[in-house]
Amino acid sequence: MSDVPASAARSTWNASDWHDALVVEAYAETPTARTIRMRLPASAALPQLPELVAGQHIDVRLTAPDGYTAVRSYSLASAAPGGVLETTVEELDDGEVSPYLVRGLDVGDRLEIRGPIGGWFVWREEEPAPVQLIAGGSGVVPLMAMIRAHEAAAHPAPFRLLYSVRSPEMAYYRAELEELARVSPRFDLDWVYTRRAPSGWPHAPGRLDVTGLAASVQTLGTSALTFVCGATPFVEFVADALVRAGRDPARIRTERYGGADGA
Amino acid sequence: MGLFSPGFMGRRREPVPGLPPGQHLVTDFPVLSIGPTPRVSTEEWRFSITSESGLMTTWTWDEFQALPQEDVTVDIHCVTSWSKFGTGWRGVSLDTLLEGVDTGAGFAMARSYGGYTTNVPLDELRGGKAWVAHQFDGAPLAPEHGGPARLLVPSLYFWKSAKWVRSIELSTRNDPGFWEQNGYHMHGDPWREERYW
Ligand SMILES: Cc1cc2nc3c(=O)[nH]c(=O)nc-3n(C[C@H](O)[C@H](O)[C@H](O)COP(=O)(O)OP(=O)(O)OC[C@H]3O[C@@H](n4cnc5c(N)ncnc54)[C@H](O)[C@@H]3O)c2cc1C
Repeated sequence: MSDVPASAARSTWNASDWHDALVVEAYAETPTARTIRMRLPASAALPQLPELVAGQHIDVRLTAPDGYTAVRSYSLASAAPGGVLETTVEELDDGEVSPYLVRGLDVGDRLEIRGPIGGWFVWREEEPAPVQLIAGGSGVVPLMAMIRAHEAAAHPAPFRLLYSVRSPEMAYYRAELEELARVSPRFDLDWVYTRRAPSGWPHAPGRLDVTGLAASVQTLGTSALTFVCGATPFVEFVADALVRAGRDPARIRTERYGGADGA
Repeated sequence: MGLFSPGFMGRRREPVPGLPPGQHLVTDFPVLSIGPTPRVSTEEWRFSITSESGLMTTWTWDEFQALPQEDVTVDIHCVTSWSKFGTGWRGVSLDTLLEGVDTGAGFAMARSYGGYTTNVPLDELRGGKAWVAHQFDGAPLAPEHGGPARLLVPSLYFWKSAKWVRSIELSTRNDPGFWEQNGYHMHGDPWREERYW
């Protein structure tokens, strides 16, 4: 089409093309998830990775020896400059791609990636509003990029993360999140444990409910911009409950990762 | 052909006829939306088409249901790389809805309850290629999949099939809709992999 937005002309990088990325680091984030860091080959001849915006994702393509390919989307956990692409992948038992990324892939392997993609489920420094983040499981990945960007910018708007996990050891980035909640005057953290809570935790484990959600989001009030990310049923429940509680749908942004939706 | 992923075998061995490049088949029905699911009752529901000269035709739910209904079975392709074969829908063809509309426009902007927009060339809406659908698999379309009614344009990536559609505006200009302003392709043909720009 003729009317391609001007920003596309900034570099010769094309978000639709596949680019080789080298796996430079991979470590267990939880018993079932792995953090993977990739880097694009540094070469003046290759197009440069565009600036990342916190909340974006990439597509990853795997190719079998017979040429069969599989593509899945993965959010970036950091938008920091420097050319590193970081994500965390949760292994699904019957999954095609995630078991390979969590257990098969090695440092030094290459992956094909496409992107970065997304201009809506993103947080930019220009955003003055308080931000309420709500994550279920691996849905914390793009929200972590926002938290890190917010902290790196020493941004004055308050951020609050409500993070629902099955049990304490399933939480991604726990040490970093808890440290930040301790030292930063602009970041607060609420946990929800759905199957098993840490010992001494004041609430019995259970799914996030309307009361718990309301209690957490009331702190920042109705002016907050809300980002919700996780498996589809989780996002449906949270976004629906917020709208029923009178929140403006236009202030709620969602990213649905997939999973059973009953339809 | 790109590089190989050592040790990756993949699940499906047979090439699948009818699957566009870079897509994989799913049996469930993933949900992608930009925000909360709008809840629109059929009493308050309206659908309208506005021509480039500003003439508007509006249907209430009952008027829309009284139009000739078609049952179609189509394959759908999402830009996030899943495809679903043989999905069954019931709805009204855009040919029927456009019958009384006098237009020389080349482009359409679909607008939804909830604020979503997407641009589609008018050619892709005509000739038995597009519907406003209100049933999926023989049951009323669920809100998270776009109910009461959504646009169904199976020839393009599924973000063009606007959920919760409330109006179509015809225009001589091809203005970008919501995803089209956010990095996605103006046209979106899955067979040409028109995903992102
Ligand atoms: C924009 C976007 C960003 C994403 N970012 C991340 C990320 O940062 N980290 C991450 O781990 N995943 C992320 N995902 C999900 C990811 O793309 C894959 O869907 C996931 O890794 C499963 O792929 P698979 O091939 O292993 O499973 P598949 O073989 O595709 O599916 C196996 C089974 O699991 C179900 N399933 C698929 N996805 C989920 C899910 N999320 N929860 C529960 N069940 C599911 C399927 O319905 C199917 O029954 C993201 C998805 C999207 C759309």
